[in-house]
Amino acid sequence: MSNWIVVHLWLIPAIPLAMALVILSLSSARRKGAAMLAIAGQVAALLLSLTAFWSTLGTPGYRLFHNFTWFTFGEQTLRLGFVLDPLAAVMLLMITFVSLWIFVFSVGYMAEDKNFTRFFAYLSFFSAAMLGVVIANSLLLLFVCWELVGLASYLLIGFWIHKPSAAAAAKKAFITTRIGDIGFFLGLLWLYGRGGTLLFYDGGTGALENTGLLSLGISATFIALLIFCGAVGKSGQFPLHVWLPDAMEGPTPVSALIHAATMVAAGVFLVARVYPIFAVNAINGVTASLTVVVWIGVITALISALIALAQWDIKRILAYSTVSQLGLMMVSLGVGGVSAGILHLLAHGFFKALLFLGSGSVIHGCHEEQDIRRMGGLRGVMPLTFITYAIGMMALSGVPLFFAGAWTKEEILHATSLWSVSRIPHYLMLAGVVLTALYMTRQMIYVFFGARRAAAEHAHESPPVMKLPLIVLAICVILLSIVLTPAWPWLHDYLLGERPAVNLSLLIQPMLFVSLALVAAGIGLGILIYRRATIVDPMERAIPPLFRFLENRMWLDELYDWTILALARFAARLSDFLDRYFWDSLVRLCGGTGQLFGVLTKGLDERGINAGVNDATGLTRGLSRFISARHSGQVQVYLSVIAVSMLALLLLYAWLT
Amino acid sequence: MAHLITGLIFIPLLGALFLSVVPRLLARSAALGCNLITAGLALTLWYHFDAANPALQMVQHHVWIPAIGAQVLAGIDGLSLLLILLTSLIFPFAFLARRMSRGFYALMLIMQAALYGTFTAQNFILWFLFYEMSLIPAFLLIKIWGGAKRDRAATKFFLYTFLGSVAMLLSFLGIYLVRGTFDFAELAALGKTGLLTGNVRWLAFAGIFLGLAVKVPLFPFHTWLPDAYEAAPTGASMVLTGVLSKMGVYGFIRLLLPLFPNEIRIVGPWLLGLAVCSIIFSSLAAWAQSDLKRMVAYLSINHLGYCMLGLFAVTATTAAPAIEAQAALSGVFLQIFNHGLTAAALFYFVGLLEQRRGLRGLGDFGGLMQRTPLLCGWMSVAMFSSLGLPGLNGFIGEFLIFKGSFALAAGYTAVAALGLLITAIVFLRAMQALFSGPLTESCAQLPDLRAGEKMVIVPVTLLMFAIGIYPQFVLAIFNATVAQLARLLS
Repeated sequence: MSNWIVVHLWLIPAIPLAMALVILSLSSARRKGAAMLAIAGQVAALLLSLTAFWSTLGTPGYRLFHNFTWFTFGEQTLRLGFVLDPLAAVMLLMITFVSLWIFVFSVGYMAEDKNFTRFFAYLSFFSAAMLGVVIANSLLLLFVCWELVGLASYLLIGFWIHKPSAAAAAKKAFITTRIGDIGFFLGLLWLYGRGGTLLFYDGGTGALENTGLLSLGISATFIALLIFCGAVGKSGQFPLHVWLPDAMEGPTPVSALIHAATMVAAGVFLVARVYPIFAVNAINGVTASLTVVVWIGVITALISALIALAQWDIKRILAYSTVSQLGLMMVSLGVGGVSAGILHLLAHGFFKALLFLGSGSVIHGCHEEQDIRRMGGLRGVMPLTFITYAIGMMALSGVPLFFAGAWTKEEILHATSLWSVSRIPHYLMLAGVVLTALYMTRQMIYVFFGARRAAAEHAHESPPVMKLPLIVLAICVILLSIVLTPAWPWLHDYLLGERPAVNLSLLIQPMLFVSLALVAAGIGLGILIYRRATIVDPMERAIPPLFRFLENRMWLDELYDWTILALARFAARLSDFLDRYFWDSLVRLCGGTGQLFGVLTKGLDERGINAGVNDATGLTRGLSRFISARHSGQVQVYLSVIAVSMLALLLLYAWLT
Repeated sequence: MAHLITGLIFIPLLGALFLSVVPRLLARSAALGCNLITAGLALTLWYHFDAANPALQMVQHHVWIPAIGAQVLAGIDGLSLLLILLTSLIFPFAFLARRMSRGFYALMLIMQAALYGTFTAQNFILWFLFYEMSLIPAFLLIKIWGGAKRDRAATKFFLYTFLGSVAMLLSFLGIYLVRGTFDFAELAALGKTGLLTGNVRWLAFAGIFLGLAVKVPLFPFHTWLPDAYEAAPTGASMVLTGVLSKMGVYGFIRLLLPLFPNEIRIVGPWLLGLAVCSIIFSSLAAWAQSDLKRMVAYLSINHLGYCMLGLFAVTATTAAPAIEAQAALSGVFLQIFNHGLTAAALFYFVGLLEQRRGLRGLGDFGGLMQRTPLLCGWMSVAMFSSLGLPGLNGFIGEFLIFKGSFALAAGYTAVAALGLLITAIVFLRAMQALFSGPLTESCAQLPDLRAGEKMVIVPVTLLMFAIGIYPQFVLAIFNATVAQLARLLS
């Protein structure tokens, strides 16, 4: 059940990993070499991914895997494996392709940084771990790579480690995602215990195959929800989304690669990968676990879209937008639109990477300024950045026909409308579309239109090495829309394992007009509200409390700080206190009791036993002293004693007889 | 082959004697040379060890004092070999930590001999002899070469462990009076049907439990540990946490679990509760520490708590499925080795920082990454290994323990998993305080790793990676032993 590429699938993550190790061992002066190696590694991974993708094209529903033994414990074996199916193949392609261009962009963006080589080592390491997540055929291998992705993210967010805010953000990201990962880990253990295997596919006995799923029974719901915890952490879903906006402390290419295109999508990928577990015992495509996924997604999508409306940092707006889009993908998976969710993930990977790189170009051009209030009118100075950014913005907002995001978003909206449980998510997602268009219009106007404010005065267009990735990604966003149209849903059918068919009548659907109207409303409203925007936001002027509420991210960070974190810190201090004073006091009490006993026995010894012995010895000594005084050694005395005694005896004898 | 064990025990002892005539400057080299021999012997032992055979191997059996049932009975199985290898690894590592005086090395060598003896003896009298023999050098090492609060710490350490030992000795005497043997294998065979009857068995159980729980240590018998580890000199801390703490775990596996399987099952939930308390409270307490050494000491308790969790989960369940029991036990064995390696490395790094800065509080450093990137990088590897990052050794052991114990005692294990989170918080907090931010004035002149230090760190770190990526070579040592022990216990 395998061919060359499946057996050698491990090479795809292994090559970037090897590059990362080589680059780490280079001296930091070998900048060019480091960048070349990292990019070469990505190119190799991309070529192999293409080969893998190519081999999946032949048969619909293609799925090959290659399992091997990792280790044995006791008499048991633990096996891992790789799997190649359409889901893995498209993810491989997207990750290697987008990464490649982000690597190229970084050559320009990080040119001045003195830790340039280390940056490329970390990037390659990240790419390796992420590719590992995608090809894993075992939940354990996936978890291993998943954690390594977390490490890479930690290293890259905290790359400018001398900045305390970056170090804090890195720590926050690692710990927040680890909260979710603990749940994931327990879910993994539960699945292993129930099903006896962690392999996804294993010729009929895998965890995602019929026998494996049947053995789960009711516990499937709990397992699914625990695994979903991991996805909530990694994909920045409510209530664990708080780390993602802070993660923007990392260099912008990192934000593009990790916090837009790939890593944050891992959670969505995870849910899609283990979807059969979520769908066990489904009635009408609805299960308890999937319902939870939908509502978490809805809450996340709306909250973060609202918060994005009131942010000033160009990257934070995109970060909240990412959170919101991830929520949308989760909703899609939850209502049963798995392929729609994954397609949106792919499209989002392209256009969000484009937007982040565009923002990187803006930041670079404005001399490291990130506050949109200090920008403005950049459209004239940075024409290429403006055009590519506009393409990304339209794809994100969902402007129909020519942009990848529009078709996928439309499909998600369609899927939500069919959900049998409730129509509310559908309406809320429609509202989300308007909000998305609104905050993106706001950002566009603040950055590229109007008067040129402080930081924009000396702005300049970026160097060619940074422009090229923008152009490539922008073209991809448009090209991708061709394979995504409902008229020829090639990618959709490929993912579902069906033969694609052309049906031009499907191009025009009611949802198309609905979303067209909503996007138009969003953009129109945006232009209306923000066209004369000054450094005071119109909403800030109109409803200050609401704006403050959103600007401060609904005070969720503060809420966590005052509740959960405060409680945990208190518990830590309490444990320390108990150790130092309570348990140790008990020990000292035992010791003290022993000591007291010692003192008492000492008293008894000295006053009682010892005194008795002393008295007895004193008596004996006095007696012996008296007797020894009689032993004077003078013969006369002895003789006189004898004489007197003899006389006394004789007298006694005489008296008796 | 059997004499290899004798050699292992006597060579460090002879080395300790020899040190008294060696010039002061050569003391460390002599101690290391001695360790080269023992390492060679340990490797030979490994080479000749038949991993597929679960029985005791290389058995040495002599009559010693027949009147009290004392025999010289020594041999190794997979667990013993694992601990011998760990001992042979940690001691040279500890010798390389910092140059000390002759007496220090002599005492360390005596302790090493005692440890080899403890891990090979198969008769209680002999075992107890070695067990106690390790206590005195440890006490002296803390008392003589310790830090600020060394007198109090040393006394506390001694009294705690000695009290435990006395309780254990009394219990064994009681068992001997009833059963007439000190032989571990015979006692284990008797244990299956109940070693003692009536309430006296609880007395015997409690005595042995107390002795071992103090040694591990298990909550709430742990308060000697932070003080002792904090006060001990770096090399001694490394050995205390790396190897000495394993004597307790080893004792649980070799003595308590086989001898009292029925009793453990009855009090199982309580023991599991203690293990979970160990894990949670010690990691929380580690969070509250500002002294690096004390922090690592608390995390040591936390990591041994995982060992206890795995052991108790297996023994507290009646008829545990083979796969779960074997997973938990393999995890415990691996964790024994991993924790020894990683915790010793952490103490080593704390020692390096202390040597450079003269202080070791979290607040005494800042921005080290800019000044000493290599030190920070390698130290981070040890920290990530300790917090259980996949790809490094810590993960495999913890995964197996959790795999087994989650199936056997889900509730306890789910709570214990919080420990994984808290450990991560503790280490990331430490990394943030030490490595990140602007470089503080007081650290501006600290030197990065020296060549000699790199020579020590690189092999140890490579071993962490090796176990994390391909754990089979360690697991192979004890797979047969695990399978047999799993059958014995369930």
